[in-house]
Amino acid sequence: MARLKTGTRLKSAVCNTQVMVVAAPDADVDCSCGGHPMIDAAATAPEGLSISPEAAKGTMLGKRYVDADGKLELLCIKAGAGSLAAGGVALVLKEAKPLPSSD
Amino acid sequence: MNLMMLLEMAVSGFGERVAVRSGTEQLTYQQLFDAAGAAAAELEASRCENAALLDVNSLAVPIGLFASAWAGRPFVPLNYRLADAEIEALAARIAPSFLVAAPERADALAELPGTTVVARETFLRRVLGAPGREPSWPMDADAIAILLFTSGTTGAPKAAVIRHKHLVSYIFGSVEFGAAGEDEAALVSVPPYHIAGMAAITSSIYAGRRIVQLPGFSAEAWIETARRERITHAFVVPTMLGRIVDALAAQSDTGLPHLRALSYGGGKMPLPVIERAMELWPSTDFTNAYGLTETSSTIAVLGPEDHRAAAASDDPAIRRRLTSVGRPLPSVEVEIRGPAGGRLGPDRHGEVCVRGEQVSGEYLGTKSTLDREGWFPTRDGGFVDADGYLFLDGRIDDVIVRGGENMSPGEIEDVLLEHEAVADCAVVGIPDEQWGEAVAAAIVLGPGRYATVEDLQQWVRDRLRSSRTPQRIEFRDELPYNETGKLLRRRVKAELSGEIP
Repeated sequence: MARLKTGTRLKSAVCNTQVMVVAAPDADVDCSCGGHPMIDAAATAPEGLSISPEAAKGTMLGKRYVDADGKLELLCIKAGAGSLAAGGVALVLKEAKPLPSSD
Repeated sequence: MNLMMLLEMAVSGFGERVAVRSGTEQLTYQQLFDAAGAAAAELEASRCENAALLDVNSLAVPIGLFASAWAGRPFVPLNYRLADAEIEALAARIAPSFLVAAPERADALAELPGTTVVARETFLRRVLGAPGREPSWPMDADAIAILLFTSGTTGAPKAAVIRHKHLVSYIFGSVEFGAAGEDEAALVSVPPYHIAGMAAITSSIYAGRRIVQLPGFSAEAWIETARRERITHAFVVPTMLGRIVDALAAQSDTGLPHLRALSYGGGKMPLPVIERAMELWPSTDFTNAYGLTETSSTIAVLGPEDHRAAAASDDPAIRRRLTSVGRPLPSVEVEIRGPAGGRLGPDRHGEVCVRGEQVSGEYLGTKSTLDREGWFPTRDGGFVDADGYLFLDGRIDDVIVRGGENMSPGEIEDVLLEHEAVADCAVVGIPDEQWGEAVAAAIVLGPGRYATVEDLQQWVRDRLRSSRTPQRIEFRDELPYNETGKLLRRRVKAELSGEIP
C-alpha cells in the first residue's frame, strides 16, 4: 500500500506494462498488474512470478485506466499482457473525450 | 517525466510512420528517435549546459528538442530575427552551450565565447542515419525542458522556464495518444522560438500526426504547401491568417480541400478575418487557442461547434463568442481577479489567472510568479461570461488611465474596426497634462476607403462614452507587428506621443 503521486511511473512485475500516474486519490492505493503488485519503474522485478489468468486481458499503449470513482487514473506508457487493478478491483478503460487540435 | 517519453511511445505505437517532413526530406518516428540519441551523444560530449538553436524550422528542430531532453539539457530556440550582437548577449546568458545555427549565420558566430557553433547541415549529417542507442534519459520531472526568451517588447528579454512536467502534463491533458489517422498532416509555420512551435511538435508526435515544416512564412508558400502536402491541420497566428485569406481571395481557386482543422492564436484575431476565413472554407473546423509561453501553450479553446453556433446566431450574446477565446481545458482552472486579488463573478473585468500542472509562470533567475495556491497572474485583462466563455481585453499594462477612469484599448479598437473604412488600428494612451493620459489611435484605412479624423471620433462617440473617444488620430500605411503577430504597442505609443517621428 502506498500513497501515489501524479507523475510517478510504475511497472508490472510480470509483464511489459508501464504506467504513469495521471491522477491519484488522497489515500493509500495498491496497484497491481497481471495479478501482482506493481513496482517502481526503476526497481527490479522479483523472480518466479507469472501473470494470473484472471488478470491477463492486457494493457494498451496510450490508453487511460480509471477506478470506479475516477479518482485514480493511470496512463499506459508501455503495453503489456497483464491487466490493471487497484485494491483488487479491475481498472476500466477511460473513454477519450477528444479536444479540438489547438496547435 | 521526460519529453522523450512522448517520442518513445510514438516509436512503439507507430515507429515506421513519417513523423516529420521538411521539403523533400523526412524522418519516421524511429529515425527521429535514433537521430535524437546520436545528437544527445554530441551534446554530452561537448559538455554544454544548454542546447541552443538559431534557425528556421528544419529537421534539426525536433531532433534538437528531443536530443536535449535525452541529454538532460534545456533546449533554447533563439529568435533568428535578432542581430548577431543581440544573439551574443543571449549566448552569454546560456554559456556553455551547443548552438545549431542556420548555415548563413554559423560563420559570423563561430567565435562566440563558451559556445560550440555547428551549422545545421553539418549537425544533420552527423546525426542522421546513426545507429540507435539504448534509452538512457534522466526522468527528473523538474528538469528544464525548454528556455524561451520573451520577445522583449517591454524591456530586456526574460527566459521563460518550461520544465518537463509542464509540457508533458500539457500533452497528456490535451492530446489523445495516436489519435491521428495515417493521412493527417499538420503544417507548422510558427517559428521554433515561439511556444506554439514547440507545442506543435510535441502534440503532433504524441497524436501520430505527420509534421510538415514551413521554413519561413509567406502566404503563397503556405497555400502551396497546404495543397501539395494535403495538409489536414494547421496553426496560424492572426496576421498569417489575414495574409492567407487575402492571397487566396486573389486566386481563382480559393479552396483548401484537405484542410479539416485550422487553429489560431498568439494574438487577437480581427473579427472580419475569421469571418472571411469561415466563409472561404465552410467545412473546415476552426479553433481559437489561447495560451502563453508561461503556461506551456494552450489553456483555453473556442472549438469548431462554438464557431459555427456563434456565426449562425442572431443573439448578440452568442454571436460575440466569435471574439472569445472559449473555455478552459479540462486540466486547467481559470479565474478572474480584481485589483485587490478577490475572485470576480461573471461579466466582471479583471486579471485572468490560471492554475494547472502545465502552468510554469517562472523565469530564469527569478522567483516563481505563482502564488501560494499555484495561481499564475497572466497580466491579461478579461472576463468570463455566464456560460464560462473567456473574453480578453488585452494586456493589463496597456490599460489607459484617463482622469482616474480605466479603459481597455481593445474595447475602443473593436468599435473602430467596425467602421467600414478601417482595416486595422491600435489604441494607446499618450501623456496628457490635464488627464494624465489621453486616448490616441493609429489607423490603417482599407484599400480605396476614406474617413476623416472627425468621422472616426464621431463614430466612437456615438457608440462608447465620450471619454473613450480618441483625442488624437493618425493615419498609417501599416502598424508595426513582430513576425509572430504581436502588435508592437510600445512603438505605436512612442510614435503617437511624439517621442519618435
